[in-house]
Amino acid sequence: MKALPLTASAMPAVVPTTARRRRAARGLAVVFWWVLSLGCFAGLWEAAWALGLADPLLLPPPHIFLARFSDQAQAFSSSDVIGEVSSSGAYMALLTTIVASSLRVIAGLALGFVCSVSMGLLIRYFKPFGNLTLPTITLLAPISPIAWLPVAIFVFGIGNPPAIFMVFISLFFVMTLSTISQIDSVSRTYLNVGAIMGASRRQLFLHVIVPAILPSLFMTLRMNLFGAWMVVLVAEATGVGSGLGQIVMLARNTFNSSLSFFTMTLIGIVGFLFDVALRQVQNRVLFWVPPSAVGRL
Amino acid sequence: MRDPIPSKAPLVDCRGVGKSWDTPGGVVTALDGIDLLVDRREFVVFLGPSGCGKSTLLYLIAGLEALTSGTITSGGATVTGPGTDRGLIFQESSLFPWMTVGENVTFGLKLRGMGAEERRHVADDLLRKVGLGDAADKRPDQLSGGMRQRAAMARALALRPEVLLLDEPFAALDVQTRSKMQDFLIEVWRDSGASMLFVTHHIDEAVGLADRVVVFTARPGRIKSIVPINLPRPRDPRSPEFHALSDHLTDLLRDEVDRAFAEQERVR
Repeated sequence: MKALPLTASAMPAVVPTTARRRRAARGLAVVFWWVLSLGCFAGLWEAAWALGLADPLLLPPPHIFLARFSDQAQAFSSSDVIGEVSSSGAYMALLTTIVASSLRVIAGLALGFVCSVSMGLLIRYFKPFGNLTLPTITLLAPISPIAWLPVAIFVFGIGNPPAIFMVFISLFFVMTLSTISQIDSVSRTYLNVGAIMGASRRQLFLHVIVPAILPSLFMTLRMNLFGAWMVVLVAEATGVGSGLGQIVMLARNTFNSSLSFFTMTLIGIVGFLFDVALRQVQNRVLFWVPPSAVGRL
Repeated sequence: MRDPIPSKAPLVDCRGVGKSWDTPGGVVTALDGIDLLVDRREFVVFLGPSGCGKSTLLYLIAGLEALTSGTITSGGATVTGPGTDRGLIFQESSLFPWMTVGENVTFGLKLRGMGAEERRHVADDLLRKVGLGDAADKRPDQLSGGMRQRAAMARALALRPEVLLLDEPFAALDVQTRSKMQDFLIEVWRDSGASMLFVTHHIDEAVGLADRVVVFTARPGRIKSIVPINLPRPRDPRSPEFHALSDHLTDLLRDEVDRAFAEQERVR
């Protein structure tokens, strides 16, 4: 009998701490597996090098291509003055290069998302418009974005526009078709509720269909993120004249495998951070989607 | 505005209502030759085996489905589509997950152009009436099943419908919640002055709620019998009169349930 009030008063204090401790433990486990996963990957590579299986000129292991960080960064400097080596300028150039590529991806994704979702909505809202455009879009959709590269260069020349166009085109057709199929699969009940509440067709699209399809469209956007990075690198490698893709091409042309792997590492990290950022946006904007459906680390 | 209707006239008038679908296996007739009058402030329950078309009739009255034959009028006007004189409450949770409970409740008023501040007041008022006084800022997934259905009721009542159509609204709830919700529904019915059309396959639910129970045959759905329930409210489910009516409805339904079951087995 005496123990009862004691546990009752202790409970509220105990529950949050155990919950916090459990969350901390889960976070620690995530970090552990990350480190172990990367460690194994790098370890196997290093072992292959140590045993002489991996030629350091062709497949330099991480401790080689990450060691000469400032030297590597030098390659990102666009001013090609022989003999001038200032590491602070090189780091700046490295950052500028990453930002340049990132901004192209962001611009292309934003433009592609807005245009394709609008396009999908217009196709379903105005039936004749849909009949007119849908066959063409269906036919253009399977064309690989890479095939659009010459067109991008013919039309936009050199610079940012062709790279942004490439990201845009890699997203536009897929997203338009996805928008249409999402509109078609909006829950009958939601549409009925809208109709019963007296919604006009315009109101039904604005207040029911758009919020109902946004979560899965955002998911499609996230899945196309890596594709967007791929095409921006190709565009930069061939015609833009700056960016991470150009450095990859530079590494290839100068047979600099260390630089190649160094840039790949950067691309991997930046792409990963993009996905994390998009997931954060998703959590904020689409607050009604449970976190489990958003996908965790 | 609709013309004022003399209070003697029936609110909902179904004449020769039929509904059939073309399917790959041929024409399926869901409803056939339904004649039904529902008075103002009347509580009518549709009772029948699953798949007998009782929900279909509700959707036809709501204007969400098109008739194959016959006519339906509501408040004297022919039903050609959904209208805010007829509220509908669904079996599953139908609140929009992207809106708060308060926004859900006043969604119909927003569509009519009511300002945000006024809507806020109306939402608080309606939610208090359904016993969800502090839920306006919550999200639907933070409510229990019973609370969600009460919020859905508040949303329907916001438009002051003349008839509330309820499609097995308590089917997904546990027994205790269901019984509470039935009491609650009777209160709502008295306060709102609306007619109620309630679909169920629960016999006790029908006897507990209805002024009249409309018993449907198995597919094709026809009206087998209309049973008046003249028990005073509140009703005691353990009283002999309640049991007698419940047994009577069970007998009426038994053949139909057997037929519906046999048909389902054959299809499989």
